[in-house]
Amino acid sequence: MARNSLGREVPETWHGRRYDPYQDPFSRMPTTDRATRPLVRRNPGESKVLPSLRAAIEKSGLRDGMTIATHHHLRNGDVLLNLIVGELDAMGFRDICIASSSVHPVHAEIIPAIRKGVVTRCETGVNGLIGELATKGELDFPIVVRSHGGRARMLVTDEVPVDVAFIAAPCCDETGNLNGVSGPSACGSLGYAFTDARYARKVVAVTDNLVRYPASPVSISQSDVDYVVVIESLGDPKKIVSTTTRVTRDPAGLLIAHYAAEVIDAAGLLKDGFSFQTGAGGTSLAVADAIKRKMLAQKIHGSFGCGGITGYFVDMLEEGYFQTLFDVQCFDLRAVESIGKNLKHREISADLYANPFNRGSVVNMLDAVILGATEVDVHFNVNVNTESNGYLLHNTGGHSDTAAGAKLAVVVAPSIRGRLPIVRDEVTTITTPGETIDVVVTERGIAVSDAHVELKQELVRRRLPVKDIRQLQAEINALTGEPRPLEFEDKVIALIEYRDGSIIDVVRQVKA
Amino acid sequence: MDRRQRLRRSLLYVPGNMPGMLQNVPVFNADGVMIDLEDAVPLAEKDAARALARNFLAAFPDRSKEIFVRINGLDTKYAVDDLKAVLPGRPDGIRLPKADDSEVVERLDTLLTEYEERLGLEIGYFSILPSIESAVGVLNCVKTAQASRRIVALAFGAEDYTASLEIQRTRSGEELLGARMQIVLAAKAAGLQAIDSVFADANDMDGLRADTELVKRLGFTGKSLVNPRQIDIVHEVFRPKQDEIDHALDVMEAIKKAREMGTGVISLRGKMVDAPVVKRAARTIRTAVAFGLIDYELSDEVIYGQE
Repeated sequence: MARNSLGREVPETWHGRRYDPYQDPFSRMPTTDRATRPLVRRNPGESKVLPSLRAAIEKSGLRDGMTIATHHHLRNGDVLLNLIVGELDAMGFRDICIASSSVHPVHAEIIPAIRKGVVTRCETGVNGLIGELATKGELDFPIVVRSHGGRARMLVTDEVPVDVAFIAAPCCDETGNLNGVSGPSACGSLGYAFTDARYARKVVAVTDNLVRYPASPVSISQSDVDYVVVIESLGDPKKIVSTTTRVTRDPAGLLIAHYAAEVIDAAGLLKDGFSFQTGAGGTSLAVADAIKRKMLAQKIHGSFGCGGITGYFVDMLEEGYFQTLFDVQCFDLRAVESIGKNLKHREISADLYANPFNRGSVVNMLDAVILGATEVDVHFNVNVNTESNGYLLHNTGGHSDTAAGAKLAVVVAPSIRGRLPIVRDEVTTITTPGETIDVVVTERGIAVSDAHVELKQELVRRRLPVKDIRQLQAEINALTGEPRPLEFEDKVIALIEYRDGSIIDVVRQVKA
Repeated sequence: MDRRQRLRRSLLYVPGNMPGMLQNVPVFNADGVMIDLEDAVPLAEKDAARALARNFLAAFPDRSKEIFVRINGLDTKYAVDDLKAVLPGRPDGIRLPKADDSEVVERLDTLLTEYEERLGLEIGYFSILPSIESAVGVLNCVKTAQASRRIVALAFGAEDYTASLEIQRTRSGEELLGARMQIVLAAKAAGLQAIDSVFADANDMDGLRADTELVKRLGFTGKSLVNPRQIDIVHEVFRPKQDEIDHALDVMEAIKKAREMGTGVISLRGKMVDAPVVKRAARTIRTAVAFGLIDYELSDEVIYGQE
């Protein structure tokens, strides 16, 4: 074990692989080439269409011990990963590694296959029951949690080679040209899968909507796809995208949003060319709403919005608040409709979005990002992976990527959640280093990192409730009391990888 | 500062039986809150609400805003227990529902005096905010306004008032006009503020804005609110315009000079500046300071002259 620069004990080798401890957000750069894969020749008349998933698995050359991947654009409506693992189980595979872009609660269906040894490693963060069981020591399933940019980096550098990528394709033709904008399982952007299509050794497009050649627009092209399989359904459309995402009505959430917008304004970022990312949660959208009103009042024309895209951002694009949307993932139906028809609404890969090792990603051009947190600590470190019970329940998403890239990273969170204080001495798990977080906004006050003396002064001048983070913590603790610390075993059940591949923290098994 | 002059643009109701909402009282920027033990609290929870309100008052010692407690009507069996529970926590005042006549206010005044003696507080510590909310209350409010020196403002309760008239309350509110004018007149005649009724639909922001603009024109100085989301709009409406602020500052400068010359009257751009003009200017400045529009320290000596 080694101690990283944030004081966390992290392993140098884990399940047979070497890792570097985290040092700082901007230095690490291994000397290596981009990943390559073998050439393939396809002659006229050869068909890529295979009759079943099983046939595709056979043709792909998958063997025990190899790695597969899927994308998570179908979110909790996805059935493909479950179908594949079911097939692998039926075919007698063992020791397969999953390197999907994320795993959702719906994939709890694969737990029996994990127990059986069909799937034994997880090179992706997880949402839901699998993480909970792993943290409780009830599931032997080593997990490496990565950010969106970090996962793209992992593929591009070949740190975790993916042998077969199964790409759920809502609209696909017989040669493998595919997109996410139409069909019963339409999900919009396929940004996370772009990198798989480029770097996986074999690429299988799986569709429930085979269209006549050519499928258009082409998001992932026939030149990257080895096989095409048609199945009955890729997922449950109701769970793929939300029908609507809404601005919160909770007065405390609205107050947080108001403060966050004031912070962005006070930082001097609201000027022509402004770029912005926020999440799909009610408070995040309320920040967008407050920012929009400020842009209107000050007649500001922004440059781009990015990340996961909601109908709210689509409206802002259409109303001229932004020139362009960079979309790695659509969160609702409005976004799906828009990406299919508006040329200013661009589908981008996770690599372009956030990979730190690619000559510069979109997040580097962000002015402001609004981020969530399950906990923050007095050093501004942020946890989004584990909850107060210590369970690994959430994947990182673009959290640490955008925090590192944006000029101003603002964490918004209620000061108290489920009777528990949000500001801690030390977060349970560090997802994002405090070095990359500028401001923490709660309804009880705004804490500004010491690096921003001028911003702090400006907020005070605007009579906003600026507080030292320890003072904020003390005020919250006065209401909630101090929670008893969690107790953990020594056993590490998951690594939290920083976007550059170093290990920023680990998740340990909780004491029963 | 004369507590009758305190800024009360927004008085936010917080149900006394909701710990999650009480906990957020310090967070919102309403000028005052009214912890409700009356209509928002079901009969079965009156006890619990009293205990919560008492504990909240104890846990919120640095009062960034004025705190009233709306007790149950003095004609109910709950009122005395309400007072017993909350007064030791030293709220700033009591919102008295069903203030139909001066006698009710006088009775509360007597009760408050008793508690002040018991708690060792100066007599008159607790203020009263009588709520005029019935036909008879409106007809009597001129006398009610003068029933106690504790009264800081008259409040209007339109929901109960329309019920007493057996009519519907409408979005535009023509049916309230008579009562509103009567209350404003009674309040102003007694040197008090007038606080308008709640606008119940917390999702109708346009309606809230129109309603607030109307009552501001009528002479109300503030409004009762049912939801923190309403605060910003109400404050916006009551926000003084820049030329009003500039004028108020000019008035202050003029009267300062007048006081130096030993007089209470002076001409500003050909118009007379005297006590009522100064008082109005002081109110504008106080409001502007609360909005963070200007930094200004008001001096009672300048406003009222030396004794």
